[in-house]
Amino acid sequence: MSKVKTGMGRRSFIRNVSLASGGLIIGFSWLGCKRAAEEGTEEMALEMPDEWFELTGYLKIGDNGIVTIYSPNPEIGQNVKTSMPMLVAEELDVDWNNVIVEQAPLNTDVFTRQLAGGSQSIRQGWEPLRMAGATARQMLLTAAANQWEVPISELSADKGIINHTGSDRSIGYGEIAKAAAKIEVPEEVVLKENSKFKIIGTSRKNVDAKEIVTGQPLYGLDVQLDGMLIAMIVQPPAFGMELKSMDADEVKGMPGIKDVFTIDTYPEDMEKEWSDTTSFPKLVVVVGDSTWQVMQAKKALKIEWDLNTELTKQIEILEKSAGLSGSGGLENTDVHYSLMAEVGPKKSEMVRRDGNPESAFKNAARVIERSYSCPFLAHNCMEPMNFFANVTNGKAELLGPIQTPEFAEKSVSKRLGMDLEDIDIQMTRMGGGFGRRLYGHFLVEAAVISQKMGAPIKLVYTREDDMTNGVYRPAYQVTYRAALDGNNNLTAFHVNAGGISESPLFANRFPAGAIDNYLAESWAIESNISIGAFRAPRSNFIAGAEQSFLDELAEEMGKDPIQFRLDMLKRAENDPVGEENDYDPARYAGVLKMVRDKAGWDNNSSTLNRGVAAYYCHNSYVAQVLDISLKNNDPVIDKVTCAVDCGIVVNPDAAINMVEGGTIDGIGHALYSEITFKDGATQQNNFDSYRLIRHEEAPKKIEAHFVDNGIDPTGLGEPPFPPVQGALANALYKATGERFYKQPFITQLRNAGGDLKT
Amino acid sequence: MAEFNVTINGEKRRLEVDPNTPLLWVLRDHLNLPGTKYGCGVAQCGACTVHLNGNAVRSCQLPISAVADNEITTIEGLSENGDHPVQKAWLEHDVPQCGYCQAGQIMSAAALLKNNPSPSDEDIENGMNGNICRCGTYTRIKAAIKSASDSKLV
Ligand code: FES
Ligand code: FES
Repeated sequence: MSKVKTGMGRRSFIRNVSLASGGLIIGFSWLGCKRAAEEGTEEMALEMPDEWFELTGYLKIGDNGIVTIYSPNPEIGQNVKTSMPMLVAEELDVDWNNVIVEQAPLNTDVFTRQLAGGSQSIRQGWEPLRMAGATARQMLLTAAANQWEVPISELSADKGIINHTGSDRSIGYGEIAKAAAKIEVPEEVVLKENSKFKIIGTSRKNVDAKEIVTGQPLYGLDVQLDGMLIAMIVQPPAFGMELKSMDADEVKGMPGIKDVFTIDTYPEDMEKEWSDTTSFPKLVVVVGDSTWQVMQAKKALKIEWDLNTELTKQIEILEKSAGLSGSGGLENTDVHYSLMAEVGPKKSEMVRRDGNPESAFKNAARVIERSYSCPFLAHNCMEPMNFFANVTNGKAELLGPIQTPEFAEKSVSKRLGMDLEDIDIQMTRMGGGFGRRLYGHFLVEAAVISQKMGAPIKLVYTREDDMTNGVYRPAYQVTYRAALDGNNNLTAFHVNAGGISESPLFANRFPAGAIDNYLAESWAIESNISIGAFRAPRSNFIAGAEQSFLDELAEEMGKDPIQFRLDMLKRAENDPVGEENDYDPARYAGVLKMVRDKAGWDNNSSTLNRGVAAYYCHNSYVAQVLDISLKNNDPVIDKVTCAVDCGIVVNPDAAINMVEGGTIDGIGHALYSEITFKDGATQQNNFDSYRLIRHEEAPKKIEAHFVDNGIDPTGLGEPPFPPVQGALANALYKATGERFYKQPFITQLRNAGGDLKT
Repeated sequence: MAEFNVTINGEKRRLEVDPNTPLLWVLRDHLNLPGTKYGCGVAQCGACTVHLNGNAVRSCQLPISAVADNEITTIEGLSENGDHPVQKAWLEHDVPQCGYCQAGQIMSAAALLKNNPSPSDEDIENGMNGNICRCGTYTRIKAAIKSASDSKLV
């Protein structure tokens, strides 16, 4: 039981009431209301109340006891629209079958951190959401106590009914809600002990599932509003190029085309947010009646492009200084790899140094050195970038898929010179996020276009626009060195990591803290290609590389790979080196022991081609054992066993779904996916040239096991993704006898096997 | 522009569009049936899958002029109350993550089961290989197809 300050002023509560009851012009009607669809009850439509009463801004209670809970954070497929309201419902003591979930609009007066990123929604929502539920419950109980003139301590609540122990009086939340709404918001509330949880820890179905499987409009791309026009962009064909001239006359006369013009999304003097990343601020825009018409007009446009010499000059200088000839500052993938191999490490900066690594390496009996690399990746959310905007009459209404509504609102405010109060942002369910929708340039573009047209528009990216737009997962490289003494003991460890155009290094993660002599260095090479956070940023490469290296190291040292890691973690736990280590060695070891047990590692490791890996990121620990076989040189992933420590598991079946998805996604990208460049142009622009993992390539079986430790929950959207790439590389080694250093692994497999299909 | 009469989900619809307009955009932009999704436009992702006389086709590749009097079924028309065995199996297994690909997956699965009511693992993998899920729900999709198959209702 813990007491928490509610921190909810009367003001924020009142303000939210006015907002929810008509302040928004679009209203909630387009998005619809979702009831919590429980098994067996899916046909029961909830009866809507005559009147709603807002409590705390997080929820409202109908006079018939139905409860609407606003889910504050963007839903990108991580299932927070179900799991976050579960936290509120738990403390409210309400029947989940009587709960309707609505996506909350951006509302900084009531909610904090309305953002989907870093696997933080549940971790950071854990207290505020339960607090909101407990606060509303307290207000309801207080109202009942006042009505019955009994002390509140004699009241209890269960499934939306308040009971008085002294008499057999009881009253439903719906009947007392009106009175409760007038109660002063308490300053402090008490939260439940974990052992009392009735909803948290039980599997609840996705609240949007029924709408999804019946094809109801839920996504930004589905938005259709009266008078709405379709807008599309044309961007430069290569990074480092810009618009020279355009002939739009013919196109303007095409059927359904309303206008063709250029925009500058981010003028130079505009103060930008971190989320305003784009390589192409200057765009050609085509606006028309329907998507197909605009697509045709786009193709018919005559546009001349030019080198942006300001951008290309720097790259040319960089390449020349390295003795490499590029294409006049337009970037190429082979040059990228040369720069990473030869130029990057020379620019290294020390980030962490323990003991005396230089002397340990000098005195080593043996030094093992390996380098790993990965390509750029596109996020490829299945729903391409899009946004609805209606900027008319001094107001901006924005509706669509965005992971960072609060930052996007600021950007729009600065770009259009509008007050924040005049901008409303509502979030649709998103067809994937993976970090791509953190960067809301498309929302700003939509706002600028709508303002220019003086009409509501929906901006739509084609898949090709989406895939060649940049904001990519960077290309990375890391070199590991390990020093062994004459007795095969590990005496020093050196990690040197960098990328285009950021480094993937986490200097304070394992094995830092487990080795006396340790050196971590970092570098980055500049580029015109925009980069962004991609599911488990930086970890999404370096975890696999590190876990591959540890595997090879264990083999060189003649140790079992799990025991080798456990021995190092024991050292980090008992006698850590340095103070900055950002992981808990005991929890780390916990998932390794669990996966060893669940996968039967000690019993059948010799007969199966299996690899193991473990990683800590985004506050959660994941270990995976992957079993692979080759069928005509095609990799067949027979099974992945996962052990996860994310503390309390709020919604178990949904958590398993996340682990399965992250595992498949991690394998797919390490094996198959790649963005390459020729003369600045992205060479993959759709799923015929860009490979995503498909059904037949997915693991035949995935098992997810969770550590049950009662620790406050952490996230799951990202943590299962990174380590499985290491487990995959290590299993591939067992299957082929070759180590895999360069992603995507399919290239090496194909070269090894000759006739692998892509 | 030309006039077309098509039958979608058992309903006759009349519209005037460019004959080359893919069925996908006719459904989404002109007939207010946005359940059929756009993912690639080049027959690679399966998000736009609908049934043409009961067979799965990619609506992004089917010009409206080629529809003629063939019966089109979209996700909105797969069942009256969202209770097609495949939809039920999807709910039972709580398959969707972001959910964007799922209409296409369900339409492919329903067509697969119609032609092959007891598919093997390999049949499922082959039949579903044209439907991409970036979220990685493949294992659940397979389990749900097996449930729907076992239910013998398809
Ligand atoms: S949109 Fe038709 S297959 Fe992708
Ligand atoms: S559920 Fe997100 S793409 Fe399949």
